Amino acid sequence: MPSIPTPPITRRGVLVAGAASAAVTTVPAAAQGPAKAAKIAPVPVKLVVNGKEVELELDTRTTLLDTLREHLKLTGTKKGCDHGQCGACTVMVNGTRVNSCLTLAVMHQGDEVATIEGLGTADDMHPMQEAFVKHDGYQCGYCTPGQICSAVAVLKEIEAGVPSHVTGDLTAPMAMTRAEMTERMSGNICRCGAYSNIFDAMSEVGGAKA
Amino acid sequence: MKAFTYERAKSPAEAAAAVAGREGAKFIAGGTNLLDLMKLEIEAPTHLVDVQDLALDKIEETNDGGLRIGALVTNTALAAHPKVRKDYAVLTRAIVAGASGQLRNKATTAGNLLQRTRCPYFYDPNMPCNKRVPNSGCAAAEGFSRQLAVVGTSDKCIATYPGDMAIAMRVLDAVVETVLPDGKTRTIPMAEFHRLPGDKPWLDNTLGKGELIVSVRLPAPVGGQHFYHKVRDRRSYAFALVSVAAILNDDGSGRVAFGGVAHKPWRVEAAEALLPQGAGAVVAKAFEGASPTEHNKYKITLAERTLAGVIAEARS
Ligand SMILES: Cc1cc2nc3c(=O)[nH]c(=O)nc-3n(C[C@H](O)[C@H](O)[C@H](O)COP(=O)(O)OP(=O)(O)OC[C@H]3O[C@@H](n4cnc5c(N)ncnc54)[C@H](O)[C@@H]3O)c2cc1C
Ligand code: SF4
Repeated sequence: MPSIPTPPITRRGVLVAGAASAAVTTVPAAAQGPAKAAKIAPVPVKLVVNGKEVELELDTRTTLLDTLREHLKLTGTKKGCDHGQCGACTVMVNGTRVNSCLTLAVMHQGDEVATIEGLGTADDMHPMQEAFVKHDGYQCGYCTPGQICSAVAVLKEIEAGVPSHVTGDLTAPMAMTRAEMTERMSGNICRCGAYSNIFDAMSEVGGAKA
Repeated sequence: MKAFTYERAKSPAEAAAAVAGREGAKFIAGGTNLLDLMKLEIEAPTHLVDVQDLALDKIEETNDGGLRIGALVTNTALAAHPKVRKDYAVLTRAIVAGASGQLRNKATTAGNLLQRTRCPYFYDPNMPCNKRVPNSGCAAAEGFSRQLAVVGTSDKCIATYPGDMAIAMRVLDAVVETVLPDGKTRTIPMAEFHRLPGDKPWLDNTLGKGELIVSVRLPAPVGGQHFYHKVRDRRSYAFALVSVAAILNDDGSGRVAFGGVAHKPWRVEAAEALLPQGAGAVVAKAFEGASPTEHNKYKITLAERTLAGVIAEARS
């Protein structure tokens, strides 16, 4: 079972501030100096990732995203904005899609996490992965794992009758339409603009009506 | 992110006492707002009390025909609940107009009410902000205030409450139910839950230290047609510039609250009484005494046009 020690964290206040506003830097932000690393013992965390149980010792600050990428070396899940704005880090937790950057590993004791690596492999692709390839649902590919995880979840959410912003009659069964799919995918940003191909892939898998 | 210790509370009273008894302790629910702010060190709790095991994730009917929504019910579960969709559609509409599918799966009812402002200067640790650092000044006053509040502001802060769900809850006369650190309970009407910035803009609401939200109660359904119209910079996944939550009756009467315009959901009962006279009359009354900036005075016009759109849709 992998148990990789956590490296000491030495990020400076100035980097933290830089994340808040790349554009506005009128006052130096280092006033507080480097963050003092208080000595807080790592905590044991047990997860089930892509069907396999893993046990780790983690700093409480470790996000689920960093756990997957840095500790379990599952680098399919991507770090885009790290603030829940872009969706590149989308994974399934206990069957629902979430932003893995905005949740801590310690909050997920015993939870089942599914990543793009668990969805399918190059030899045995999930239908959504196949459809993305067929319809060219990507260009640079960075947002793709998040897009695919979200796309799979979106079809399930429509089937389960979860309403969206574009749903007309809230009491009628949800329709598998392109409008429903596009609205529900708004949490996944693609800077290459592969959106229309992504919706072609989803429409094929979901059997969209118009 | 600053270091912190972490525990999972086993009961509401234990959770409240754990936060009250410790300097720098905070609750964490979905984590989608708190962790965002912790990464920027705008929030720096030294201890997190995770409330996920408190069994507050149910939606139950109350004796008077209303609903009690557990604090941990996710935004997705609340928006999708059959009774909410049927009888409190304004609430479903408001929730699904906010954030993204991923975020709504994680966001909780209590966490959503307590989300902090999106004022760009609050998010920028380089700039003075009375809400982030008490009495450090307000960079927004002379700055970029296009997204900020037009009414109920103070010279200390012109931030808005950014959420959508609470605007609908205000129109529905929801009541927040809490547990105090001594184990006693309290109810707070939505109207009194969020506060105006005044001279203490660092306080967003009227909760005490360690006071835990356990549920939100909705009174029995009031009928009418339900609307939540949100105007934003892009069609999905953006905060409101202006939003209108409304319940309109066939005789032209109704209820209306505005989002994106104030430090709290903005409902003026004397203004909604003017609904039969049209959007102009309602907005003139609701925004009486407003003090918009050059950048955000458009919001008052936008509020009137958005409400006019809602009224037109109700009549069609
Ligand atoms: C990119 C992005 C876009 C967004 N867009 C929108 C939008 O358009 N509209 C919108 O409304 N929201 C939007 N949000 C905000 C989102 O709705 C909130 O982050 C979410 O609702 C917070 O819920 P949570 O459970 O994750 O709260 P947490 O982050 O866990 O907690 C938030 C606060 O509530 C406190 N808290 C939590 N539970 C309790 C309790 N039971 N009792 C007392 N205190 C408690 C915590 O201590 C913390 O201070 C957006 C967020 C992001 C990241
Ligand atoms: S408006 Fe409020 S939140 Fe924004 S900078 Fe001023 S004090 Fe801070």
